[in-house]
Amino acid sequence: MSRRERLRVVGADPVGPYTLIRIERGGLDPGIPGQFFMLEAPGRPLPRPMSLCAAPAGELSFLIDPIGPGTRALCALSPGEEIGVFGPLGNGYRLDVERPLLVGGGIGVAPFPYLSEQMGAPPALLGFRSEWHAEAASLVPNAEVVLEPTYVTERIPVGRHDVLACGPEPMLHAVRELEPDAQLAWEAPMACGYGACYGCAVEIDGELRRLCVEGPVLNGRVLEGAAA
Amino acid sequence: MRILNASGCLDALTAPDVARSLDAFVTKTVTPLPREGNLPVRIAETGAGMLNSIGLANSGRDRFLSEALPQLRELDVPLWVSVGGFDAGEYAETCAALDDVTIELNLSCPNVEEAADSAAAIVAACREATELPLYAKLSPANWDISEVARAVEAAGADGLSLVNTIRGLTLDERSLRPVLGPKVGGYSGPALKPIALAALFACYAAVDIPIIGMGGIESGRDALEFVAAGATDVALGTVLFSDPEAPVRIRDELGAELSALGLGSPNEARGRAHEALEPFSHTHRT
Repeated sequence: MSRRERLRVVGADPVGPYTLIRIERGGLDPGIPGQFFMLEAPGRPLPRPMSLCAAPAGELSFLIDPIGPGTRALCALSPGEEIGVFGPLGNGYRLDVERPLLVGGGIGVAPFPYLSEQMGAPPALLGFRSEWHAEAASLVPNAEVVLEPTYVTERIPVGRHDVLACGPEPMLHAVRELEPDAQLAWEAPMACGYGACYGCAVEIDGELRRLCVEGPVLNGRVLEGAAA
Repeated sequence: MRILNASGCLDALTAPDVARSLDAFVTKTVTPLPREGNLPVRIAETGAGMLNSIGLANSGRDRFLSEALPQLRELDVPLWVSVGGFDAGEYAETCAALDDVTIELNLSCPNVEEAADSAAAIVAACREATELPLYAKLSPANWDISEVARAVEAAGADGLSLVNTIRGLTLDERSLRPVLGPKVGGYSGPALKPIALAALFACYAAVDIPIIGMGGIESGRDALEFVAAGATDVALGTVLFSDPEAPVRIRDELGAELSALGLGSPNEARGRAHEALEPFSHTHRT
């Protein structure tokens, strides 16, 4: 059940170019890996959708890449500050698979620490653009890391795993080509995260539908067009 | 004073609790035929608000009447149906198919081509088609919005909804290209508030029908200002995206604002912005 609470930041730790924001959990449910929370970005009109990275006792943590005004405001949070947190929202990964392989690219590693914990540390294949970015791989046990110009799609043993992926759109499309039944976590700009704004429409089963309600994790076969 | 949602800013079927916290729920605009809406990207934040270019995505009149409307009635919240179209006949056909709701005529979506007919002509055609309460939602882009307000009142509107979003553009930080797929979109949020207040202020002085005020309301203080400028009721839009509990919070805050000013109810504040200040003694230079 999703709720909205104002919660205190308890830590903001650099992980390569990213920041791991740790927030007290309050009465919020951490939800299913792949679900997301709307985080108030101080000074910005709209909150930002972030998948849960980890759920240590009494906390929720989010791995954030400072790429715009909202994510920069989130990464600049200090312990003691309070922000509005709303979630968990959307649909996460199905965990009842037999041969899981987590495939991530860049900041797409964000939901994997929690996912890995919930699945008993399955093998992971993580791609990054540099050694610095790859510092985030330390958050995921049992991970093989590849750096550009090598792509994760060159290392997937095709047809031997149930793939759970998160990463940039071109990577997700490439993964879907190789593994049509992969579970893919997409992203789209969202104003609300709960189906109100219709901003996050993507083409699902040939129709424009709301990623926040239908996703963000979708089976590779239902998504026809490019995510926003 | 009722608190509604602005059309297109809430889906009561995915968020029934939020809808029930309102005094009435306003649907997303219903058009005669289904519309996929605009291609992504559809929303973009700006420094003081947001742009949207959803493009009136909806499942069309027939599916609305057969599928969504019966489910909405089960929520037990008074319903307002936002009606759109591309000429007066299209609006009137949808109005004729409705009963037991209030109708808001979306005469001003900035994300689709303007209807071929004038606002007054559309209101007149809908008035012929239905006896249901008709509210006309107007654009703040009209230079003299009070003239449009008088025309739709004369054509039979029972009330006004002020205002819709206003067209805006935002560019990507790195590429300097428009962020939104359709390039421009409707601008909403805090930046719209003074524009909405000015429209409301002008129309309150021009017409005798009730007005729903909306545009950037985020707090009880904002709602109070809309009432003082002449709003009978208010609607919440963009604030619902960041705070689904805004209807409850704003109602509480409004009560506190009224008490602080020694006012017993919103009625006592309504139109206050139009009254002259108490005269005070001048010292005339001779």
